[in-house]
Amino acid sequence: MAEPALALLPLKNPVSNPVIAVNVSAEQGTSLWKDAARRLKKNHAAIAGLVTVTVIILACLILPSIAGLLADPNLQNLPNKNQPPGGAHWFGTDHLGRDIFSRVLFGGRISIAVGLITTFVSITIGVCWGAFAGYCRGAVDAVLMRIVDILYALPFLIVVILLGKTIEPLTSKLTEAAINLVAGANADSAQVNTTRTWIEPITTLVPLFLAIGTLSWLTVSRIVRAQVQNVASMDFVEAARSLGLGHLRILFRHILPNSMGPIIVYTTLTIPGVMLLEAVLSFLGLGVKPPNSSWGILIEEGSNRMLSNPWLLFFPSLFFSLTLFSLNFLGDGLRDALDPKSAKD
Amino acid sequence: MFRTLFSRFLQGLIVLFVLFTITFFLIKALPYGPFQSDKAIPGHIREKIEAYYGLNEPVYVQYGRTLGNLLKGDAGASMRLEGLPVTDIITQAFPNSIQLGVVAMAVAVLLGIPLGVFAAWKKNTVFDYGAMMIAMIGICIPSFVIGPLLAEKFGRDLEWFPVTGWSRSSPLSWILPAITLGLASAAYLSRLTRAGMLETLSQDFVRTARAKGVGELAILTKHCLRGGLIPAVAYIGPAFAAIISGSVVIESIFAVPGLGLHFIKAIETGDTPVILALVLLYGALIIVANFVTDVLGVWLNPRLRSSR
Repeated sequence: MAEPALALLPLKNPVSNPVIAVNVSAEQGTSLWKDAARRLKKNHAAIAGLVTVTVIILACLILPSIAGLLADPNLQNLPNKNQPPGGAHWFGTDHLGRDIFSRVLFGGRISIAVGLITTFVSITIGVCWGAFAGYCRGAVDAVLMRIVDILYALPFLIVVILLGKTIEPLTSKLTEAAINLVAGANADSAQVNTTRTWIEPITTLVPLFLAIGTLSWLTVSRIVRAQVQNVASMDFVEAARSLGLGHLRILFRHILPNSMGPIIVYTTLTIPGVMLLEAVLSFLGLGVKPPNSSWGILIEEGSNRMLSNPWLLFFPSLFFSLTLFSLNFLGDGLRDALDPKSAKD
Repeated sequence: MFRTLFSRFLQGLIVLFVLFTITFFLIKALPYGPFQSDKAIPGHIREKIEAYYGLNEPVYVQYGRTLGNLLKGDAGASMRLEGLPVTDIITQAFPNSIQLGVVAMAVAVLLGIPLGVFAAWKKNTVFDYGAMMIAMIGICIPSFVIGPLLAEKFGRDLEWFPVTGWSRSSPLSWILPAITLGLASAAYLSRLTRAGMLETLSQDFVRTARAKGVGELAILTKHCLRGGLIPAVAYIGPAFAAIISGSVVIESIFAVPGLGLHFIKAIETGDTPVILALVLLYGALIIVANFVTDVLGVWLNPRLRSSR
């Protein structure tokens, strides 16, 4: 936090730097981020996306925590099975009589967590890997990219099966440790149980995060590498080098910011990918355990009955698609806003 | 050029060797083997089977023998489909997989890239939003939903295309599976093309060209397309490999006799020779696809040829 404040200091204190003072009076003290925020506000599609995604995330976070508001997502009510939407069940019920509305909201928590966390991991690894390969070229590039080739071709399914086998005992240990940490060592059994109800769903997802995060960065790295190679061959990089800037500084301060467009776009594309991958991995026993659910799992279950009970597919898909559409337009808006060249438009 | 080609060929061999080694030991670490069944196999019979396949030897001996046989060009026979040579499985199923993959990739490229160029050209207008919405539909609706829907509508209701009955000689039977398989990649390609084109369109030389009165179409196709395609082309290599190896869902929906199902079944049963052969095949495919992508990348950006 301290560094940006220092960097902004000359702007806030125009007297100390007369050259900047002229700019400040003309532009009313804008910084890169203020500028970006201003441009973002003008982009209606991006703002609509931001609002929608915030509403969905808040709904999934808050509504299920209010006791008694939603039906228990895992409560089976067989006389009420396969109800179409309407009445007591807004989104209908499934073949076990469970309320789809609360299943979608509870499942949304898991999907959003998986989507955001694994995307962050995979984009971070992918961007660094691809950036180094694209910037260094030569032998470093060859080694890094051949590792990517190997990982591409490894049978993902076997890796997942083995990961599930080796990590399962570790997760239960992790769960116990986390409960001990949160509830305190000498908590009574009631306290331990209440802590367990919310900690266990998180810790059982750790292998899932690991599996998706470590295997989904490959394509990002290839795209970033191509983009960095392209930008690194431009004249301003030559200029930066002739000014004596270090390699890391050139790469992270000059090349990467100029490669942001494809990176942001691929980030918004990774989120739906990992959310659907989660459903596949959960099906293989690594991740969400039934009766708990997620959007991916609900969509997969719904697709089996999509012709007879279309609402089972429709509502989870609606939330899933709405979130991704919004993130997408938000991503495009961010790209435009962060691109100083678009200020001219 | 020949030096690059030779160097990449050697690198490819190393990749395949490492891939073989890792996969071999991964399979050996699997908690199950090919000869597990619901009925308990009597001990002496199991011993005979294991001795027949050499499974009773130490792992490193098995590793050396398998590697030696592969180097001699002998991939062995499937353990699950008793006695069926791996080469037969590949020669029967691989052409179908490749054909489906090529058609699906063509669908993706022909649909995705024009859509992305169009969206970038009409940036932040209704057309742009419309094109990107279509793309997002391709990403948000998974193939196991789109596939049956297409089969229901265009196969069963309208009877335009056959739903099953894949045949390498009848193009009509390719359409539905190829569209289902290619749609997601088309969507990715259009998003990446749009991003790349926007990057290029905002550069100064485009403004110069506009000032000189160059037409919009010429600016798009002659000035910007090469630079704008860089992220999309980087995606094509991995996407092609993923399409070839990841078509299991489509194969089962449209009854395409491809490799995907063999691969899954082999992994489920720990059928070592089939898994190894298919992993190496996919590996070779990925190496070639990524090499072609790199060559295309240099062609798109001539500055990469001379620099350093």
